[in-house]
Amino acid sequence: MGHPDTWDWENGDRQIAFGEWKKKFRWVEEPYASPDGEKIAAIVNVDEGEFNVCVNGETDETSHDKIWYLRFSPDNRLTTLVSDMGEWTVAVDNVSWGHQFGYVWNTMFSDDGSHIAVAVQQDMTYGIAVDGILWANTYPNMTYFTFGRDGGHSAAVVQVEDFDSGDIETFKKGAFTAAFDGQAWDKRFVNLWHLSISDDGKDLAAEARLSLYDYAIIVNGIPWEKTYDCVWQPVFNPATNTVAAPVRTGGRWFMAQDGGILWDRPYTQLWHQQFSADGNTLAAIAATGFGKWTVVVDNRPWPVTFEDLITDMVLTPGGDRIAVLVKEKGKWRIVVDGTRWSNAFDMAWKPVFSPDGQHVAANVEKNGSYTYVLDDRLWPCECEAAWPPVFSSMGDKILLKYIHDGIYHRRVVPLADFSS
Amino acid sequence: MGEAAKGETKITDQGLDGGVGRLDESRIREVINTVLKNETGARLKTYVETCIHCGLCSEACHYYLSNDKDPAFSPVGKVKRTLWEMLKRKGKVTPAFIREAAVVAHTECNLCKRCAQYCPFGIDIAYLMSVVRRIVHRLGCTPLYIQDTANSHSVHMNQMWVKGDEWPDTLQWQEEEAQAEIPALRIPLEKEGADIMYSVIAPEPKFQAQLIYQAAVIMDVAGVNWTMPASMGWDNSDMAMFTGDNELMGRLKRTHFETAARLKVKKIIMGECGHAFRSVYDTGNRWLGWRVPPFQIVHAIEFYYDLIKSGRIKIKTKYPHAVTLHDPCNVSRGAGLHDKARFVAKAVAAEFVEMEPNREHNYCCAAGGGAINCGPPYKMKRLQGNKVKAEQLFAAKTRGAGVLIAPCHNCHSGLHDILHHYGIGLDIKFLGDIIYEVMEKPA
Repeated sequence: MGHPDTWDWENGDRQIAFGEWKKKFRWVEEPYASPDGEKIAAIVNVDEGEFNVCVNGETDETSHDKIWYLRFSPDNRLTTLVSDMGEWTVAVDNVSWGHQFGYVWNTMFSDDGSHIAVAVQQDMTYGIAVDGILWANTYPNMTYFTFGRDGGHSAAVVQVEDFDSGDIETFKKGAFTAAFDGQAWDKRFVNLWHLSISDDGKDLAAEARLSLYDYAIIVNGIPWEKTYDCVWQPVFNPATNTVAAPVRTGGRWFMAQDGGILWDRPYTQLWHQQFSADGNTLAAIAATGFGKWTVVVDNRPWPVTFEDLITDMVLTPGGDRIAVLVKEKGKWRIVVDGTRWSNAFDMAWKPVFSPDGQHVAANVEKNGSYTYVLDDRLWPCECEAAWPPVFSSMGDKILLKYIHDGIYHRRVVPLADFSS
Repeated sequence: MGEAAKGETKITDQGLDGGVGRLDESRIREVINTVLKNETGARLKTYVETCIHCGLCSEACHYYLSNDKDPAFSPVGKVKRTLWEMLKRKGKVTPAFIREAAVVAHTECNLCKRCAQYCPFGIDIAYLMSVVRRIVHRLGCTPLYIQDTANSHSVHMNQMWVKGDEWPDTLQWQEEEAQAEIPALRIPLEKEGADIMYSVIAPEPKFQAQLIYQAAVIMDVAGVNWTMPASMGWDNSDMAMFTGDNELMGRLKRTHFETAARLKVKKIIMGECGHAFRSVYDTGNRWLGWRVPPFQIVHAIEFYYDLIKSGRIKIKTKYPHAVTLHDPCNVSRGAGLHDKARFVAKAVAAEFVEMEPNREHNYCCAAGGGAINCGPPYKMKRLQGNKVKAEQLFAAKTRGAGVLIAPCHNCHSGLHDILHHYGIGLDIKFLGDIIYEVMEKPA
């Protein structure tokens, strides 16, 4: 998230006639609203093989052969992946990076949006470009790219030993490692997956397979002493820099930390662990039995389970409150601190806490149209689209961004006026 | 010890020979007993203690029927040649035995489950063969080609080493191709909140990109609100399920489901693939702890059925050939989609010729269960092991069929080989091939 305290929080409703755009172009792709709601943008096709981006009704003077993956950065800059004459690059606020590449994909942002990275293929080698600058070293293969929260570091799994398809012996010896800011670790692995960069940008952790059967957590190229039957992505504690990861042994999952078992209670499944910002709380999504999904906080499961799915776990900075989305019998609900909201939805997006943690809101789909829900109260509007709500820094207002009857609205609403 | 199949010659396979060369009997014993103790339970015990060795399963198996009813190829014979021996000897078997067990479990059984219907007790011999595959995986003795496929899965989460850029690039290429036919057609990538995530298997972008083109046309004409991921998670296939690498299977399915969750779709529509459906709908989800798949899983057969039944796809002119239908094991015996497949086939084709036997009793293609993925070394064995299928196909042709519909990738490839090897003279199509050809499209 950028800096919401610098945004316009005057009560009111500003509008843009988004529906009119369809009359001006051959087609209009999915619109996106900027985090601050000041802009709505969509890729538009202006002619055969000619694409542009329409922002608040205006197109850029330069069209491209192809544009995809329009996304706003957290600091409200418009990014797209653009192609001309068979080469690709990133355009930021319609200004293309100076370098062209063979292909670019998977745009990533630092938390504050000030840095932008993409995966790059150039001359059939792979690397990450940060703010237009490609790693000094590129590799014949690259997966699981990641970007540090401050945008100062990037990493990916890379192939460092050549082998042909069918060469299972070389594969078994280990042909992959991690590249941190383009520099490969010395050690090779059968597989690496899901890298995590510490908050201070100094350390890199990963899931690994040391053989076809032995899994480990790797920190800065060094495996934990113990191996496991399986592991999931490690995360760093933002306060202490310890590493926590779910590990499977004897058919059950446990939470491990720095090579030892942290949570001794076994789980049928355990993943998506998150530390609170102060590092004092560790929570994870878990199954306490077959088809019994819940949230575990510091090894204590919520007293309620859900059958289908739990996603999008959010912690308040102090970890004292947790919200998730759950799916039950095909319907989505928001559950806060183990309490299921009464409203059920066709779809729900990641819940958002107010800065003081007292309120929870989300954009949702209900009966085929979109709206908002705040503390289990519905916003009385049947919209064609809605983007994630944002609370003001004081927590007394909420910014809603939605399309209704073809009109895009940027609306600031005092919480007291949010009614159903 | 169980008898080997008659007249069988040893096939060189680096995956097996290299793996067996590293084994000793103590390691074998340890792995067998660890798997049996820690990874099996009441199910295996019940099957082992219930089987009365009656042999009624034999007539179900295409390998048995196609190999002069050699008892070694009967389902119970294959258990006798593998798992029973391991149990009886408490894991004290030789490296040579393990090699043979790997050959039996991987290349003489398609895990098609036809035999479970013939067993008076419903014993699932496919499960027993899966336990054997799990053991040979843990011993590092998996056939080379399918191990390489599993390796691809482990690196890219797809089965054909399709790299991160190659996937979206291929979709954009197919979108552009299709726009020559329907100018405003889109393959919407990463469209969060679409109703449907469409997932395919890696041979489609690698070799059969026209299938993606055709699917895009069908989606566009039907007005479906759909998307495809630009990230990993687009490939629903799962050879790890067949190599016994359950941990990798779980990783693959987690990637697939979490991609759907990230894209905020309501259901996953899968292309015409059988084993992937089994993995997503039945096997991988359970390993991860889900009682039911976390998203509604719809196979292409059911999707086409809904589109045609609801009138979202209209047939302009029926396909002018007599078609017959192969029921893929995983979606027919495994999910009961055979009547919906018939509805679609009859809706699109001028004439439908029933195959005998059919529906859940249909013969397997002999490619499934990972057998075709064991590669060229076993091709002749696979073809000779399904003479009965060739006879079944020829009979359908004799009754007038000109085109064979196989709504599954592995079936499609395996049947293509059988048609060619036995000179049967049927053309072969996916349902999507025919729907695309006969449907009403914008002028």
